[in-house]
Amino acid sequence: MMSLKECINSVRNGQKSCEELTSQTLKRIRSEDSYNIFLEVYDTESLEQAREVDKRIKSGNAGELAGCVIGVKDIICLAGKKVTCGSHILENYVSPYTATAIEKLEAADAVVVGKTNMDEFAMGSTNENSYFGPVLDPVDKELVPGGSSGGSAAAVAAKLVPVTLGSDTGGSIRQPAAFCGITGIKPTYGRVSRFGLVAFASSLDQIGPMGQNVEDVATILKVISGYDKRDSTSVNVEVPDFQLELSSPIKKDSIRIGYLSDMYGEGLDEEIKKSIMETIDKLKTDGFTVGEVKLPHMSYAISVYYIIANAEASSNLARYDGARYGHRAEGAGDLKGMYLASRNSGFGEEVMRRIILGTYVLSAGYYDAYYRKAQKVRRLIYDDFKNAFQDYDVLITPTTPTPPYKIGEKIDDPLAMYLGDIFTIPVNLAGLPGLSIPCGKTKAGLPIGLQIIGKHFDESSILKTGHYIEQNY
Amino acid sequence: MKFIPTIGLEVHVQLKTESKIFCTCANSYGKAQNSVVCPVCLGMPGVLPVLNKKVVDLAIKTAVALQCTVYPLSIFARKNYFYPDLPKGYQISQFEEPLALNGKLDIPVNGSWKTIGVTRIHLEEDAGKSVHPAGKEKLTESRIDVNRCGIPLIEIVSEPDIDSPEEAYLYLTRLKQLLLYLEVSDCNMEEGSLRCDANVSVRPETTDKLGVKTELKNLNSFRYVEKALKFEINRQTRMAENGEEIHQQTLSWDAAKDTAVLMRTKEGSDDYRYFPEPDLIPLVIDNLWIKEIEKTIPELPREKKERLIKQYGISEQNAEVLTTTRELADYFEDTAKSGKDYKKTSNWILSEVLMVLKERKITIGEFSVPPKDIAELIDLIGSGAISGKIAKDVFVEMVDSGGPPSEIVKNKGLEQVSDTGSIDKVIESILVEHQKEVKEYLGGKERLYGFFVGQVMKATQGKANPEIVNRILKDKLSRLPG
Repeated sequence: MMSLKECINSVRNGQKSCEELTSQTLKRIRSEDSYNIFLEVYDTESLEQAREVDKRIKSGNAGELAGCVIGVKDIICLAGKKVTCGSHILENYVSPYTATAIEKLEAADAVVVGKTNMDEFAMGSTNENSYFGPVLDPVDKELVPGGSSGGSAAAVAAKLVPVTLGSDTGGSIRQPAAFCGITGIKPTYGRVSRFGLVAFASSLDQIGPMGQNVEDVATILKVISGYDKRDSTSVNVEVPDFQLELSSPIKKDSIRIGYLSDMYGEGLDEEIKKSIMETIDKLKTDGFTVGEVKLPHMSYAISVYYIIANAEASSNLARYDGARYGHRAEGAGDLKGMYLASRNSGFGEEVMRRIILGTYVLSAGYYDAYYRKAQKVRRLIYDDFKNAFQDYDVLITPTTPTPPYKIGEKIDDPLAMYLGDIFTIPVNLAGLPGLSIPCGKTKAGLPIGLQIIGKHFDESSILKTGHYIEQNY
Repeated sequence: MKFIPTIGLEVHVQLKTESKIFCTCANSYGKAQNSVVCPVCLGMPGVLPVLNKKVVDLAIKTAVALQCTVYPLSIFARKNYFYPDLPKGYQISQFEEPLALNGKLDIPVNGSWKTIGVTRIHLEEDAGKSVHPAGKEKLTESRIDVNRCGIPLIEIVSEPDIDSPEEAYLYLTRLKQLLLYLEVSDCNMEEGSLRCDANVSVRPETTDKLGVKTELKNLNSFRYVEKALKFEINRQTRMAENGEEIHQQTLSWDAAKDTAVLMRTKEGSDDYRYFPEPDLIPLVIDNLWIKEIEKTIPELPREKKERLIKQYGISEQNAEVLTTTRELADYFEDTAKSGKDYKKTSNWILSEVLMVLKERKITIGEFSVPPKDIAELIDLIGSGAISGKIAKDVFVEMVDSGGPPSEIVKNKGLEQVSDTGSIDKVIESILVEHQKEVKEYLGGKERLYGFFVGQVMKATQGKANPEIVNRILKDKLSRLPG
C-alpha cells in the first residue's frame, strides 16, 4: 500500500482517481481485515465523497488532503453515523453532529472510510476491552495491538488505510503505535479541538493522527489542528506547516536531546533499553547535544493518572443512564432500577472498575486525600518537565516498557497493565506533545517504540527529530 | 425559655439573556416541550460547553449592585447527581471559587435599615423538568422536558442574618426589586425564573450557638416562604421546648395542606462529588470588565426614593411606593415633568392609577394612558376647570377610550360650574322643593346637609364646584329661621 504522501501525489498527478483509491481501500478492508479492526465501513458514502473530490480535482479546487482515505477511531463523532466507543451502551447510538477534527479533514477533501475498533470508552491498553471483541495485532495475531486506539493502529499496520485518527488520554495513540510498529502523535493538549471526541478524561484527552511515517502524521496533524470556539480548552496559537518543515534538513544545534537517566530500572525490557540507548548514542555521534535528565516525580504519574482520569471519567460517563439515548435495560421497574440495570448491562468490567474508583476518589471525605492531592502532584510532574525543557528541546524515552504481549496475558492483572503506560502517562498529565516512532525490533521480531516528548505546542521539534531518526537509522 | 430563629435564604435567579449559558439555544419560556435544544444542552456524547459572556455580564451587574467582591478568577465545577432531567449526569456550577463573595442588601425593619449579608453569588446552568401527565392517580410514566437545561442561573446565598419570617419576606421583596431594577431577570416565580430555598434553625435566647438547621424547599411564592418559615420555627421551637433533638433534614412545603413534609434526612443526602469542570477554563474577570458593567447599573431603589423626596417634595411613604418598580417611578417622573403639582401627581398615581392597574391586572408598562395626559388632568383639577369627582369619570374615559382629558371634558360638557349666580338659583329651588327636609335639618338633623349637597350635584350633573356649593348652601341654611 502507498503512503499518504504517495496517495495524495498520485491523485494530484492524475495517475489515480480518488474514487479508485477509495474503492481499492474498501476492497482491502473487505478482504484483508481479519484483525477485527473496522466496526463500520461507509461503502456508499465514501465512494460518493470520493467522486465529489474527483470533480474538485478536475476543476482545480481540491483540498490539500485530496487522495487521503482515512479511518477514524469509533469515539469521534460523524453526523448520521454510529459512534459506539466500543461499548454495548452506545452500540446503536447515532451521532447528530460531526466532530471538528472530522469536519476539518472533510473540508480538506479527505474521505472517511469507516470507524475503527477500540477499548471501551478508550479505557484499556490491549483492545481486549471492546464490546465488539479484541483487535488482533497485524504483527502477530496472537498479540495484542495495544490500546485503546488498537483498531486505528492495526488499520495502518495491516496496510488497510495509510492513516487513521486515534485519541490519547494516557498513551492510547502512542502505545498501540509502538505495539503495531507504526507512527502516532499525541498533540499538545489544546492543539486539536476535542469537540466531537466522546470524553473519557477531559483534561487529558487529545485526538491525534497515526500513520506509516512521520511525514504522513505531520500532514494530518496540520489539518486537524487549530483553535475551535466550540472547545474552550483549545488554544489559539499558530499552526505551523508541520509537513513542510520536514523538507528542510534538521539543524543539529537547534534541537538539544534529553533522555531519562533514572527510568531504566525495574520493569524495562532489556532489548528495548538497548535499542533506545543505541539510538541515543547515534544521535550523539551525529552531532546532536544529548544529555541525561531527571523527572523526580514521574514515579507518581500512574497513581495520579488513575485518580484524575477516573474521577473525570466517572462524571463524563454519568450521562449513559438509559434515560435519553443508548442502551436501556427494560423491565427494571423504577428509575433507580433502570439506571442500575442499564449501566450494569451496558458497561464492561474495566469501565465499571474505573467509574467506581473515580466515584470513590471524589466522594466526601476522600476528595482531599485523593483528587486534590493528585492535582498537586500533577503540577509537580509538570514542573519536572518544565525544568527538563530548560536544558533540552525534546526528551526521548521508550514508548512502552515491554514489547507487545499475548492476548489474555494481562487481562486479569489490571495493575500490571496500568504499569505499561509509565512512559506515556506523564506526557498527558503535563499536556505535552508526544510522538511514538518504530525503533527496531526485538530478537523475537516484536516492534519497539521510541517516544519523543516536546514542549507545549512544539510538535515541530519532535516531528523533526522523529523524522531524522526514521530517515537515518 | 425563649427561642430565637435564624434564617438564611438561597435564591436562584434565571438570567435574562438571549441564549443559554453554554450553547446557542434561545433562552425562552413556554415553548413546545423539547423544542429548544441542541446536542450541547442535551449533553450528547462528545459535546463541550462554551460560556456565554452575556451571562457573566448580568452576574457581575448583580454582584456589583449587591456590593459583592467580584473575584478576578472563578472556577466552574461539576455537581454530580443522577436525575433524568439532568442530561449530563452533572450540573455545571461553581463551588469552591464562586464569581462573587461578601455582599449585602439592606431591608427596612422598624423604620430603619437592617443589613443582610450576601455570602456568595455563583453561576450555574438550570436543569430540565420532569413532566408527569396530569389526571392520573398513579404515575405510570414520567416525561422529561429539557428546554430548561442550560438556562443561565445565579444563586444568591444570604448570610444567616434573617431573624424572622417577616424579615425573610422583606429580604426577598427587596432582592426581587433590585433584580428588576437591574433588568437581569424577569423574577417570575410562576415561571420559575426566581426560586427560593430557606435554611432555618432555632436557638435559646441565652446562647449564640446556632441550632441544627433544616432546609425548606418548594417555596413557590414569597408568602409561602413566610408561612413555611413560621410553620418550621414553631415546629422546631416546640421540639426544643420538649427537649427533643432536631435533625438536619430537607423539607418540602405543601402549600395545599399548609405543612412541611420530609424530603430527605442528612444520611440520605446526596454527595455531589464536586470537582473543577475540566471542559471550561477559569473565568477571568478584570477590573476593566467590572468598570464597563458598573456603567450599566441604573439608579437603585434606595437612591431613587431619596432623590424623589428631595426633588419633588413628596412624602416618604409616597416615594416608597412609587419606587417599588423602576417603571412606576419613571411614570411618576414623566408625569411630574409635564405638570406642576408634584404632590397631587404622586397622590393621583398612587390612588387612581394603581387602582386601575390592580382592577385590570396589568402593569404600569401595559397602562395605555400617557403621563402627559395624567399631568393635564391634574392641571384641570388644579385650575378648577373640573371637579375632583368629574376628574375620576374623565379618567375612566381616558383609560377606556383614550384621548387627552381636555378634549373629553369639552366633548362631554363636563366643565365645572363655578358661576355663583346659577348655583345660587339651583340651591334656592332645591330648598323650596324639599321643605320637609329643611325643617328637619333646622330641627337638628344635621346629617341632612349631605342630602342637600347631593341634590345640587344631581341637578348640575356633578358639575357644580363643590366649594362654591358649600359656601352658598351653608350661608342660605344659616339664614333660614330655625
